Amino acid sequence: MNNKSTSYKRLYVSDISCASCVNTIETALKSLPGVDEVEVNFADRTVNVSGNAAEDVLIKAIAGSGYTACLVEDNTQDSDKENQELAHYKELLKKTIVAGVISLIIIAVTMLDLLPDLTTFKGQFSWGIVSLLSLFVLVYSGGRFFTGALKSFKNHNANMDTLIAIGTGVAWVYSTFVVIFPDSVSEIARHVYFDTATLIIAFINLGSALEMRARGKTSEAIKRLIGLQPKTARVLRDAQEVDIPIDQVLLDEVIRVRPGEKIPVDGELTEGSSHVDESMLTGEPIPVSKKVGDQIVGGSVNKSGSFLFKATHIGKDTALSQIIEMVRKAQNTKPEIGRLADKVSSIFVPTVMIIAVLTMFVWFNFGPDPKLTYILVTTVAVLIIACPCALGLATPISVMVGVGKAAEYGVLIRKGDALQKAGQLTTVVLDKTGTITEGKPVVTALEPSDGSSEEKLLRIAASVEINSEHPLAEAVVEASKEKNIELSTIESFEAISGHGVKAIYQQKTVLLGNRKLMQDNDVNIGELGGRSEELSKLGQTVIFVSLDGQPLGLIGISDPIKTDSKEAIQRLQEIGIKVVMLTGDNRATAQTVASLVGVDDFIAEVLPQDKADEITKLQEKGEKVAMVGDGINDAPALAGADVGFAIGTGTDVAIESADITLMRGSLHGVADAVAISKATLRNIKENLIGAFGYNTLAIPIAAGILYPFTGILLSPIIAGAAMALSSVTVVTNANRLRWFKP
Amino acid sequence: MGILINLIGVLLIAFIIWWFWLYKKQSEATVEGSSLDIIVDSGVYKPSVIHAKAGEEITLRFIRKDSNPCSEKVLFNDLDISADLPFETPYEMTFTPDKKGEFEFTCQMAMYRGKLIVE
Repeated sequence: MNNKSTSYKRLYVSDISCASCVNTIETALKSLPGVDEVEVNFADRTVNVSGNAAEDVLIKAIAGSGYTACLVEDNTQDSDKENQELAHYKELLKKTIVAGVISLIIIAVTMLDLLPDLTTFKGQFSWGIVSLLSLFVLVYSGGRFFTGALKSFKNHNANMDTLIAIGTGVAWVYSTFVVIFPDSVSEIARHVYFDTATLIIAFINLGSALEMRARGKTSEAIKRLIGLQPKTARVLRDAQEVDIPIDQVLLDEVIRVRPGEKIPVDGELTEGSSHVDESMLTGEPIPVSKKVGDQIVGGSVNKSGSFLFKATHIGKDTALSQIIEMVRKAQNTKPEIGRLADKVSSIFVPTVMIIAVLTMFVWFNFGPDPKLTYILVTTVAVLIIACPCALGLATPISVMVGVGKAAEYGVLIRKGDALQKAGQLTTVVLDKTGTITEGKPVVTALEPSDGSSEEKLLRIAASVEINSEHPLAEAVVEASKEKNIELSTIESFEAISGHGVKAIYQQKTVLLGNRKLMQDNDVNIGELGGRSEELSKLGQTVIFVSLDGQPLGLIGISDPIKTDSKEAIQRLQEIGIKVVMLTGDNRATAQTVASLVGVDDFIAEVLPQDKADEITKLQEKGEKVAMVGDGINDAPALAGADVGFAIGTGTDVAIESADITLMRGSLHGVADAVAISKATLRNIKENLIGAFGYNTLAIPIAAGILYPFTGILLSPIIAGAAMALSSVTVVTNANRLRWFKP
Repeated sequence: MGILINLIGVLLIAFIIWWFWLYKKQSEATVEGSSLDIIVDSGVYKPSVIHAKAGEEITLRFIRKDSNPCSEKVLFNDLDISADLPFETPYEMTFTPDKKGEFEFTCQMAMYRGKLIVE
């Protein structure tokens, strides 16, 4: 999907050098369809284009006339939104104060009995002024409810505005009627409700303002992420270091970062070395050492040395921008649990209106005198106390905070549904390589057969393995490099999935793989078998090598276990989740790793294509299964699991097959994700129970259900305050999640 | 008198049911020339029922005129699309609906409701 929020685009053209360039670019752009206006700014080398032409078309057209352009990201939108919100908040407060002050005046004159009796002309006149004053409040502070209600009504729709407008409108119309025709109602019913109408408006405006304030806090996580991006970058241009706005950094440009500075965009370190704090992106607390050739991520902080790096991702393509986009998108999704509330809110307002009419019915037919007074008080209270907002906000507002909280810990949740499911997991399946272990295997044993040598074994194995992309193959090649062994070219190469490889080396057949591969090809491994078992017990993966049917030796490879894997697995077990390890290794190796990290169970010798089946088997047993893997080799298993976790490496943000991406390589991310999901789910439930409970209790009380037993009626003013408070409570409760620590 | 007032009450309930639930005429529109403006104001999307053809790229141009925070998000839950709508600034959402069917789009609280019918 491609979203464009405005039809204005700003491009940065790095090589505008003269006034004639301006003309060339202008002419090139103006000839394009969908371009309305072009304005080239020679001074800051930018081009503003209005119209609906796509940005890539514009960039191509500029390239066609011999210049290089890139899109300038619009960073102003968020601050614009904030300013708008602040203005709206202040306006709501102003309206609250006006309505509040006038309400207090009306209450004071009523309570102190300052105004003459309604039946006198003087009384009618003075109360008439009160009526006009409250009308002013209704128009100034509550006008939006009335216009909103009217417009929705015309569209066969009803919302909060409808309830507030009818409630306060009825109170004011009735009261004004009593002022004009005091004799038309009996003496005991001769009461006016101007203060009720104005106070309700004051409370609801105050509620909206507080809710807005609290809502602003729910998106703090996003604001914090946006804040990570520095405003400027120090680039090397014409052999000089110049500070430029970050949106003008070009691809492949070389950038200088000094100690203590934030890294502006993603790139590759080209000169110098340093330690970089990536904690705000990945949750990884320890600064990571960076040397030439290492990837660095925009938004992280350079702790020690000064270095140069080449920009590889800029603008929307940086990891940080993608994280922001992903978090924003996820915050807008709704988990299944919220769907019921959605259904209820869609019929809520008309239902409340019907309940209000039924309330009138009951009080009219069965209520005591003065009927009119009771009808008015109860009906207005019913209309005002009902709060669809609390119901509608219950789920999304907690999801906003929960997803943001997770992002703080380097856990990127793709959808609200994943959040809900992660909170209900019973089993977590961990891929071994790269998930429990570092995923960077090293050769730890070389055992040549009789008549062979370590050098020969490694030379042949590495000559074959250099053609493979398997992580174990890399370890073999790496070992040959360390020993300065020269490799030969091979004649053919064939991968046998899950078992190994077959190759032709100097007209001889080389087999390289597991015991099964040897058995299938009738290679007698002899005493290597025993040695292999010993190595497997130490947790090493064993590769057999044979040349023309004769064993050449074996290579033991081990992949170090991540230092915190055991602890993270324990954390999962402590919250009642069964942890299962999945690996392609043989049973003995798997057994060793399993006991070292303390998983509950392990499944060994699983071919990559069968991983998804193992997940299905667990699901068939009724387990809610999460799969944790690297997101590439185990994509089907991730997709098949109830929740797929991909362990990222810092820069792979959007791993498509995963529901949740862990920015940090540590398994603690899984435990964090589960803990945050559980907390969020609990928060949503509290909100939903609160909102449903509030409405189901408050509406009957407002209708006067307690009256026959206790003689108590709810004042519409209290109803207004309760309503205003209910949605604020929901938002505030969601905000509690911000302090949650997994 | 009593009967009359009760009758008015019954009629009022009947009217609420008819006006808000049974009355089906919604503002409908078909995306023509690939782009369609949708006004977000006072609790409704206008048009609220949008017809589009499967497999064809469409641009929905949301124009939010309601300052209420409820209206600031639009979610197509089943299509996995969402957006924050800036106030009084058109927001263009371009995508290609692949599957046929009816897809609801709502605000965050599902008070604003619309339907995208992909044929």
